[in-house]
Amino acid sequence: MDITFLYWEDCLSHEEALQRVRHVMAEEGIQAPIQLINVETWEQAEQLHFIGSPTILVNGKDIQPPPSGAHYALTCRTYYLENGRASPLPSLELIRRALSAGRRDIDVATQDHGHDHEPRKEPSWPH
Amino acid sequence: MAALTLNEQAKPFTLPGIDDKSHSLSDYKDKEAVAVIFSCNHCPYVKAWEDRMVDIQRDYGPKGVQLIVINANDVSKVPDDSFPKMKDRAKEKGFNFPYLVDESQSVARAYGAERTPEVFLFDKQGQLRYHGAIDDNYDDPGAVKAPYLRNALDAVLGTKPLSVAATQPQGCTIKWK
Repeated sequence: MDITFLYWEDCLSHEEALQRVRHVMAEEGIQAPIQLINVETWEQAEQLHFIGSPTILVNGKDIQPPPSGAHYALTCRTYYLENGRASPLPSLELIRRALSAGRRDIDVATQDHGHDHEPRKEPSWPH
Repeated sequence: MAALTLNEQAKPFTLPGIDDKSHSLSDYKDKEAVAVIFSCNHCPYVKAWEDRMVDIQRDYGPKGVQLIVINANDVSKVPDDSFPKMKDRAKEKGFNFPYLVDESQSVARAYGAERTPEVFLFDKQGQLRYHGAIDDNYDDPGAVKAPYLRNALDAVLGTKPLSVAATQPQGCTIKWK
């Protein structure tokens, strides 16, 4: 599983958010490296399509896909919680759902890949 | 950039508000206390705390307290903090305090503000009595253990001693030009 954690140092929530990711990974038995990317400039934010800190990608998918037209910026990111409240931190549940979906994606891809390599069976017509 | 220090006098200002009127700090000189809060629209810390700001104005307004909320962010960097969007946000959240724009950022610089939200609480004499965060838990209003601003307001109003006069503001950085 590819887990990417993009953050901006000046936004204080990234440390707690990273702890939450590691906590859920441990709970779910997920062993994968986390790629940490420190976004330091506005230009880098544009290049990386970074809408705020922290941004967490699982297999390249944002754990809470941003609305279209979101601006790239060196700032803190808003997460919307299950109860509708806004927070600088993604909830444990949001992280858990994203990691579970990421694991399912990999399982499906692995199965599909496996099928591609199975020898194709010719239909056996009755003689 | 050094922030105002405790007991220092408030810096006067006149800024436009979302009600399309000018607001001066001196307009509120008869208040028992004035809390100048640097804030904005987009910041998640502000979003997490803004209902509590409304609650504080509702609870302490009748006691002579006035919150004045100022957005100093560079709109070219954060378009969500534009003046029209400030109006939208205030309407959506039912702001019961003036929400002002500091386009030149001169007020934020004069106060030495760095984060949003960041509170500067002044007493009736205009002296800074509390500086910092609104309370100790941005993430969960139900888990607040230390309501710093409410405690400081109680102290300024003379109902309790002031136990904490300064805390570390937690929030987004002000987006400077």
